[in-house]
Amino acid sequence: MNDLLTALVIGLAFGAALEQAGLGSAKKLTGQFLLKDLTVFKVMFSAIVTAMLGVFWLSRLGWIDIATIAVPETYLRPQLVGGLVFGAGFALAGLCPGTSCVAAASGRGDGLAVAAGLFIGVLAAGFTFPAWLAFYDSDARGAWTLPSLLHLPYGLVAFAVVLLALGGFAMAERLESRA
Amino acid sequence: MKYSDPYASGVALGLVLLAAYAFAGRGLGASGAFAASASGTVAAVAPEYAASNPYFGRYLARPGGPWREWLLVEIAGVAIGAFASAALSGRFRVAVERGRGVTVRARIATALAGGTTMGVGAALARGCTSGQALTGGALLSVGSWTFMMSAFAAGYVVAPAIKRAWQ
Repeated sequence: MNDLLTALVIGLAFGAALEQAGLGSAKKLTGQFLLKDLTVFKVMFSAIVTAMLGVFWLSRLGWIDIATIAVPETYLRPQLVGGLVFGAGFALAGLCPGTSCVAAASGRGDGLAVAAGLFIGVLAAGFTFPAWLAFYDSDARGAWTLPSLLHLPYGLVAFAVVLLALGGFAMAERLESRA
Repeated sequence: MKYSDPYASGVALGLVLLAAYAFAGRGLGASGAFAASASGTVAAVAPEYAASNPYFGRYLARPGGPWREWLLVEIAGVAIGAFASAALSGRFRVAVERGRGVTVRARIATALAGGTTMGVGAALARGCTSGQALTGGALLSVGSWTFMMSAFAAGYVVAPAIKRAWQ
């Protein structure tokens, strides 16, 4: 029960942050794919950098144990293919699963339609699941991280991600000023 | 009404993600909530089939069942938080967002089709922009970064085709 209360409180903050950023608007999200409005990139990478550095420093200071955080396991090929399918749907829908809920909750009918589509999509995936179960479980690499892939220290990879994000932000500002 | 600064709201979002890591030992998610509720719905109609299906069965086997899934409760929170935020900022508006010259019916059709496609992709990839790109991205998971790159690559391939719909 306590667990679910945590889920609810985290969800409240998650939804409010997405809405404040404007990510409940399909017009804003498609701007990312048309390179007119790069809010999605800016928000995502500010969030990734913040959480990444937070985990890094809090574990260094001994405040959290990084081993207790579940790293999403890698299934390389299924995630590559799943990503391609997902991305095509994302551009078409103009909203992703989380932001479709934000859009629907802010009164947008298109958000509700995307959410309905998602429900149909996972149903369809579930009904046909036995046919592609073997592929789904293939290419399993466990909790595989970029530092172990690159044989580099965690801190150095985190620093590279920060540089990548800062470079991306500069490029995003340039693109927007041109659009 | 104008939205908040993208960098500031991104940092706020990152702090929410960090809180999820610290207090729940896991990150954020969204597609899992759809998977759990779909599993619960199928189980209500055909319980034996649902339990034997390897996809729905996973959600049904969890302690508390599909309707007490962590991500489903989190997504309920997302909806309430987003509604409150939109209402307080004067942005709650009943409308269908679409490009000029696009009918409501056409926009709803693309939204449904896009949503369905994403549902299949997220099932295959074990997560979406929240559970993979954000959560796994900040934990430097190779699979999550692969998902993020391939999703945006596909988005940019498809985008020109839908450009006219939004301009």
